[in-house]
Amino acid sequence: MRLDHELAKQWISPHSRVLDLGCGDGSLLEQMQHSLGVTGYGLELDEEHINQGIAKGLNIIEQDLNDGLARFADNSFDTVVMARALQAVKSPDTLLLDMLRVGREAIITFPNFAHWQNRLHLGLKGLMPVSEALPYEWYNTPNIHLCTFKDFEKLCADNDIDIINRFAVTDSSPASKKYSPFMASLIRKAPNLLADVAIYRVTKSK
Amino acid sequence: MSIPSSTRSTPIDPKFANSVGIVTPQTMHFDTPLALECNRTLPEFDLVYETYGELNADKSNAVLICHALSGSHHAAGWHSAEDEKPGWWDNMIGPGKAIDTTRYFVVCLNNIGSCHGSTGPTTPVPESSADGTPGKPYGPDFPLITIKDWVKTQAMLSDRLGIQVWHAVVGGSMGGMQALQWSVDYPERLKRCVIIASTPKLSAQNIAFNEVARQSILSDPDFNQGRYLEAGTYPRRGLILARMVGHITYLTEDAMKSKFGRDLKSGKFMYGYDVEFQVESYLRYQGERFSKNFDANTYLLMTKALDYFDPTRDYVSDDTLSDLEALKQTFKHTRCQFLVVSFTTDWRFAPARSQEIVDALMANDKQVSYVNVDAPHGHDSFLFDIPRYMGAIKGFLNAPFLSQKQQTATDVNTDAKSRTQESLT
Repeated sequence: MRLDHELAKQWISPHSRVLDLGCGDGSLLEQMQHSLGVTGYGLELDEEHINQGIAKGLNIIEQDLNDGLARFADNSFDTVVMARALQAVKSPDTLLLDMLRVGREAIITFPNFAHWQNRLHLGLKGLMPVSEALPYEWYNTPNIHLCTFKDFEKLCADNDIDIINRFAVTDSSPASKKYSPFMASLIRKAPNLLADVAIYRVTKSK
Repeated sequence: MSIPSSTRSTPIDPKFANSVGIVTPQTMHFDTPLALECNRTLPEFDLVYETYGELNADKSNAVLICHALSGSHHAAGWHSAEDEKPGWWDNMIGPGKAIDTTRYFVVCLNNIGSCHGSTGPTTPVPESSADGTPGKPYGPDFPLITIKDWVKTQAMLSDRLGIQVWHAVVGGSMGGMQALQWSVDYPERLKRCVIIASTPKLSAQNIAFNEVARQSILSDPDFNQGRYLEAGTYPRRGLILARMVGHITYLTEDAMKSKFGRDLKSGKFMYGYDVEFQVESYLRYQGERFSKNFDANTYLLMTKALDYFDPTRDYVSDDTLSDLEALKQTFKHTRCQFLVVSFTTDWRFAPARSQEIVDALMANDKQVSYVNVDAPHGHDSFLFDIPRYMGAIKGFLNAPFLSQKQQTATDVNTDAKSRTQESLT
């Protein structure tokens, strides 16, 4: 399973209620259902993914995240998860606030546009970055709102959103697992430069 | 009782490939009086049904198919090698198909009040009846039947077949309403519920179209207050008109445009009222064909059953509740897993109506999946072989069943306030 999924799972309480935005084929939801006994729904737009999720016995709802979460009541979930979809929605700021309206906490992962490889791509080659975390050409990318660790934290600060945890993932491995303690601490200290995927756990300021 | 095996047979003709082959309808007689929602009683009745596939030893693989307005018990297979067309849902039901007859024992029955074999307005009144003249057709004396009544008779058939719990109850349009009603009336008796191209209740516009259809029939001089069979007449024109207006609501503007446009039959205006545009010709043909195989009293009864459908009536006493709240309360005690399917171009029962069902289920933490299938055929889409639609049904029916876990409010970890604020590059 994907690493940001593995990490996100650590912040989900057993038997809690989870809403998974852009749930793909439902693999995260399935994992959480089996290992944590969570209940909830996955929202997805891709036809093939929806059918794959349904065939796993999951609750998959066909919905465009750009339509917002109006159908869900306030505080109806413990956690709202959105893995690598923030950068692809029309209004990430509105959606983020909506996530924290329907859920008490939100877990968000996104590709970090300020990763050093992206900077090299753009700064030296003069080309829009293409990488493992951003595998598209500029003309066919669904990623219309790319951001960085710094950008996201500014958005949170501007909207009274508290950051509970932050994970910096590099080359699709958590900084603490793959590297020597020295490198790991470097990545933790400079995630905006060294990590290619950001994982945040946030809540609304009380 | 044992399940009769007369409805199964080996395919003998190339056209039966991937088909359940030749099938023979069966009849189950019920001689216990049936109390109906309209406060009248049917003293006895017959249900005609077909089965496909084999019931397994623990009777856990049975799937019930509920038919729509013009449907019947003949959902799959062929009645004879000479038949021009197979059952109405043959693209859905069969070996290896979405409702796979090599895995499931599929039952489809004809609802009472219909005209395809089960007791209805064309059936002779039995001696035991308080209504009508024994020996003469029921005609207009046949009581009005509701979706709830149908589901009750379907449960009676389930008892006779020895099926305590359905693996799934599946239906499209009016059949979807029956599936929905099953989930609230008999929550212990089905594991899965598939509601396709349906609605939690008809809108004013839906009822308006039905009323035009009814008035077409009722105002036909040959209707004879519904006693046309006795009078030797038949409200053919009324039934044709009723079907024409109904048919318009099943299609879409785009589908009509691409199929007929403004094409003329003879290539020029005739300045008269005969059929000129191709679309007129098509509608008349469809109406004609329908009028030959359908009973006018049945059409009236079926459209009323549609209009009356409102599952919240029995479960909500407070009529000040919003539609969503009422539906939410109605679904409270359901126990099955739901699959709700709508079609993007369906304006008769639009996707928003299906989403009302989905939202009410989710508000109750019920297990539900929802797909909105992109298809050009309007309401009729549910009868088409659309891979994505078939795939969703197949996956849903074959998926592992996740038992309903009790929801417990879990306190979110609040100890994780140890925020790490590192400096950012």
